[in-house]
Amino acid sequence: MENKSFKELLINGTDFDAESLTALQKITLRAVVMSFVFFGLVALEGMIMRLVETGPSSPLPKMFSHPDHFFSIMTVHPIVGIFGSTYQLVFAAFMFLVPYLTKKPLYSLKLANFVWLSITIGTALAWLAGFIWHYAPLYTLYWPLPADMKQFSLIGGFVFVIGVALIMIGTLGFIYNIYATIFARTGVHKDKTMKELLISGFGIDGLFNLVYKLLGKPPYSKEPALSLPVVAIFRGTVDTFLDAIVILAAGILVLVYLVSYATGFSWDVHTIDSLLYKNFFWWGLDLVADGLVLIYVAGSWYLLATIITGKKLFMENVARAALLLELFVSWMVWSHHLLADQPQPEMMKLISGEMVTAFELLTQGLALFITLVTLWKARPLKFTPPLAYLLGGLVGFGLAVPAGIIQADMGMNRVLHNTQWISFAHFHMALIVGLYMTLYSALYVLWPLVTNNTKLFSTKLTWAHYWLYLIGGIGMGAFAGMAGLDGMLRRHLYVNGEFNTWMILAAIFGSMVLIAWFIFLANIVLSVGLKGLVGIFKPANNSIDYVEVK
Amino acid sequence: MFATSLELLRFHWVAYTIYALMIVSVIAWFGWNLTRREKVRSIIRIPFYGYMAFLVMAGVGHHIFTYNAIPWVEEDIKRHEIKPDRNYLIEVADHKWKMPQMRAKKGEKVMFDVRSKDLTYGFGLFRKDGTMVFQMQVVPKHKNTLLWTFRECGNFDIISTEYSGPAQYDHETGKDLMFVKDGMVVDCNEKIAMKE
Repeated sequence: MENKSFKELLINGTDFDAESLTALQKITLRAVVMSFVFFGLVALEGMIMRLVETGPSSPLPKMFSHPDHFFSIMTVHPIVGIFGSTYQLVFAAFMFLVPYLTKKPLYSLKLANFVWLSITIGTALAWLAGFIWHYAPLYTLYWPLPADMKQFSLIGGFVFVIGVALIMIGTLGFIYNIYATIFARTGVHKDKTMKELLISGFGIDGLFNLVYKLLGKPPYSKEPALSLPVVAIFRGTVDTFLDAIVILAAGILVLVYLVSYATGFSWDVHTIDSLLYKNFFWWGLDLVADGLVLIYVAGSWYLLATIITGKKLFMENVARAALLLELFVSWMVWSHHLLADQPQPEMMKLISGEMVTAFELLTQGLALFITLVTLWKARPLKFTPPLAYLLGGLVGFGLAVPAGIIQADMGMNRVLHNTQWISFAHFHMALIVGLYMTLYSALYVLWPLVTNNTKLFSTKLTWAHYWLYLIGGIGMGAFAGMAGLDGMLRRHLYVNGEFNTWMILAAIFGSMVLIAWFIFLANIVLSVGLKGLVGIFKPANNSIDYVEVK
Repeated sequence: MFATSLELLRFHWVAYTIYALMIVSVIAWFGWNLTRREKVRSIIRIPFYGYMAFLVMAGVGHHIFTYNAIPWVEEDIKRHEIKPDRNYLIEVADHKWKMPQMRAKKGEKVMFDVRSKDLTYGFGLFRKDGTMVFQMQVVPKHKNTLLWTFRECGNFDIISTEYSGPAQYDHETGKDLMFVKDGMVVDCNEKIAMKE
């Protein structure tokens, strides 16, 4: 590598050979590439919105401050970020990891290929609906806004709904592939019954083991049918499925109204009760935020901690039982999104919005504890990129989860709802720092497996990315969150620089995230080379569908 | 404990900043010690069940604390049983408010009843420095009521705190068309307010 010129590295990479990759490796890398392309787009969109909110001092052309344009960006920003980038990356990692962890082939490579294509095309369509037709009902789709044809164009609505539907169809494809792989009674699971696999998948064996221990009995299951990360993937995927069904149902509803408008029927939008719809939609949407993200992340932490340390996970039975607990918690917390809705019954606010939501502090706190103790028991450890990113992920959720719990309170919500506090101190902190740092850790762990031990171009660039991203992510979340405490709303256009100081600070730190992305991209491109990048998208020469553990 | 939302938010700002610095420092300290070869002596040993109890207490205790320290929580829950000093009915449709000039005296309880005929809006009162007094969602075709005791006086602006489409703003300038300057006036001088 030392002898290679920059041009040579750019074209051929370090020692990456796309021809040697299996079909599964290629599919995984395709999704990873698309995920990071979308990440760049979303970081750029975020920066545009930050700069617009700095008011007259914004260096951007005036068109970005036009409400149509601004809210179109705000609508597609989470679609591209959560589905185009995060879903892609997580799905790719899991479709690679499940065969790796269960030592069984993936159910269908064709379906896996369909998943990334469907999500990519769907995301692109949803983005185009905003970019070309300015369809901007925001991701919340509060009824009847998505069907408001006085404000939005019909074609924009159609393209957006079709885009989101494609994303959800891709998601269902992922779910089918994962379940068909986990429950295939082949290989190590040849002698397992479906009942045993289901009990293990839900973490019930972990709970039974704990109860049996308390009763002084021998363990219910000495060797659980599924490893803990697979349990987390299975459990998180239950929420992913329910969420996909809810979003698809909302999409069909919008589509029905769009079609009725197009054909001149124009049904009364108020036939659908807005509050009931809001409850239904948030129940599903919250399964992303408070369901699958927390569960997938906990599972990823456990897997990363065991791979980094080479040791067994601390308190594995408790971790399994906690995943079961999170099943009930994640289904019952949606009402914290409706604490500012006065017609919402007070008991629902109190029980679902406050009390059950508070349990997330317990489940996530437990995952943090188990991960930290597992790492601690294996010390001294080398401060490698996977460990550093994992700790960054723990910091992110350590900051974001309590910020959310604070807001999920009737008193606090009265002055924090819909402010930049929830947007930045909570979910941007959770996603940008917590989730992505965890995903980067997984990426560096999986890199040798997925790329057949390709040498990374530069470790220095990896560390530059790490520090810029960590400091930038926390700084942006903190300063924009503080703007929220000063009254800045999250779904509002400020053109007079009302919260200028906070926005400039947030933009400075946000630009660090964007620069970090460029550095990461440069490091990856110089490792695999442009030829390698193209090679990833070419058909594989061999059809081995999982990588053996050596 | 907290008379106004401003006092609460200032407290929250300080408390969360301290927490944020603490959690970042703890993980950084932890990370540093993970790599050290020497035996590390624990500064403090937290038993597992102690840690769990702390999380439960933090999660539940937070709500108990706010219920007792924030005056509007109890008022909000019991608003249907409390007789307000003033009632204001506000209607909203097509991104336009229909409301009277609202006034109150410091210490009075005011019931805001906001009704939307078309979309979901928000109803928020803001101080002149941009900080929020309170807000609520305005769900269409539903009765959206909020009881508020004004423990501070001044002129407050009204902003729709929920996005209801780009028509809320002037297409060219981006100006918020639903912004109501001095929509609520709370008088400190009891005598002047009584004359009204």
